[in-house]
Amino acid sequence: MSTTLKPAVQREPFVWSTSAKLIALGVLVYSVWVLAQIDISAERLGVGLKQGAKFIARMFPPDLSKMDILWSGISESLQIAVLATVLGITLSLPLGLLAARNMMPAGVSALGRGVIAVARSLHPVISAILFVKAVGFGPLAGILALTVGSVGFIGKLFADAIEEISPKQVEAVRATGASFMNVVLFGVLPQVLARFVGFCTYQLDSNLRNSTMVGIVGAGGIGGALFSAFQRFDYDFVFTILATIIAIIVAGELLVNAVRKALDV
Amino acid sequence: MPDGGHAGQLQIKGLVKEYRAGTPVLRGIDLNIEGTGLTAIIGPSGTGKSTIIRCINRLVDPTAGEIWLDVAGERIDMARQRGAGLRRSRRHIGMVFQEYNLVERLTVMENLLTGRLGFVSAWAAWRRKFPPQDFERAYALLKTVGLEAFANQRADALSGGQRQRVGIARALMQQPSLLLADEPTSSLDPKTSVEIMQLLRDQGLQHGIPVVVNMHDVELARRYADRIVGMTGGKVVFDGPPAELSDAVLQQIYGGTGWMA
Repeated sequence: MSTTLKPAVQREPFVWSTSAKLIALGVLVYSVWVLAQIDISAERLGVGLKQGAKFIARMFPPDLSKMDILWSGISESLQIAVLATVLGITLSLPLGLLAARNMMPAGVSALGRGVIAVARSLHPVISAILFVKAVGFGPLAGILALTVGSVGFIGKLFADAIEEISPKQVEAVRATGASFMNVVLFGVLPQVLARFVGFCTYQLDSNLRNSTMVGIVGAGGIGGALFSAFQRFDYDFVFTILATIIAIIVAGELLVNAVRKALDV
Repeated sequence: MPDGGHAGQLQIKGLVKEYRAGTPVLRGIDLNIEGTGLTAIIGPSGTGKSTIIRCINRLVDPTAGEIWLDVAGERIDMARQRGAGLRRSRRHIGMVFQEYNLVERLTVMENLLTGRLGFVSAWAAWRRKFPPQDFERAYALLKTVGLEAFANQRADALSGGQRQRVGIARALMQQPSLLLADEPTSSLDPKTSVEIMQLLRDQGLQHGIPVVVNMHDVELARRYADRIVGMTGGKVVFDGPPAELSDAVLQQIYGGTGWMA
């Protein structure tokens, strides 16, 4: 072969295309314009910092006299978080399978995906408001709200994970004459189980945080005590509550990491 | 002689397959395979070798034609089977894949047991409550393929040749009436390819079942096949013992002469 091929377009590597440059410029211009619209000035920042310092000063020394209120609120939040996560996991397993487009006919998977999308679109606090209206004040509303949120999160990631599995492994199990459930148990689940456990532990972490918030709208947990302390200007008690919440979340994260390591996921 | 596998006749009549309407890949295949022995299907890429194999156990659905197979004492047209009937018939056809298709995160032992999933309910299988004969057979097959030490290793810890041996053992766990292999050596080095072909041939004879292999290594086919089926353009153009596979026939199958020794 004596002829050499010339490239159709001469192009240097690692150069931004015209459309990419235009988009970046557009984002920059928009950001600058929006910043100009917002009422930010050096004077406001100065006042804000002074007020902030005063506010933090009023938090010290922390109020340690209401430990029973604190403890009952925190333990209720923990219960809400754990129950919601367990319920969410239980529901997400079948729902994720139903929503996977490579496992189910188009109608079924579309329905599954729809349910998951609705569950995801509501922020936990908004869900909590709705459930308080539906089932009354208290932890039940909180559990239901966070279950819906968990199903939305785990369900979507789980369905996505199922859609990414290797069809070859599934094909081999089908070829042995296995039933659908057997194909799922031995061909599909082994490929996604590790990731599923990862999603569940992440959601437990997330629910620990969310459970502290749903109390603000009356759905149980420490959020209620936090909000009323705030309204009464009991900033020293607010500090105690916040510090406890942070400690619990950090402890929860360490625990979850240890569990993940132990399960090797 | 055979431990449950029963060598039945495979009869393919007028098999046609179109992946896209109007452009058939298989243009009417007629093939009879009887008794034991290894049959190798050779031919250029895209000519439908893999399609024929996959039509037999219905991983691909034929467009037209009949595929008659002796399954558990009955003569069944695989092309007409559906649903539960199809699953029941598939249990008697073992398949070995080019990329081994083991469930990577399960152990070798669990992969072998998946070969029995056609015979065990999901509830029992999940609890790993397979009949004790299944475990015995699994250990015996592992010994036969030389992988006893790997029983509890995860499948993805094995080399390609080892994985293919597990794949063959898995297919044999089904006690099949027919063993299919879709390019079983295409991902393996030459030495391992020879070992695998030897294993396929020996196990077919030992269990008294026919082995049908689709492959593109002509020399390997010549060495290990009792019968060679040459395909080109979606049709069978040669069907006979390896001795009759002359250069002229190979040229007809593959076209061109530059690739021949």
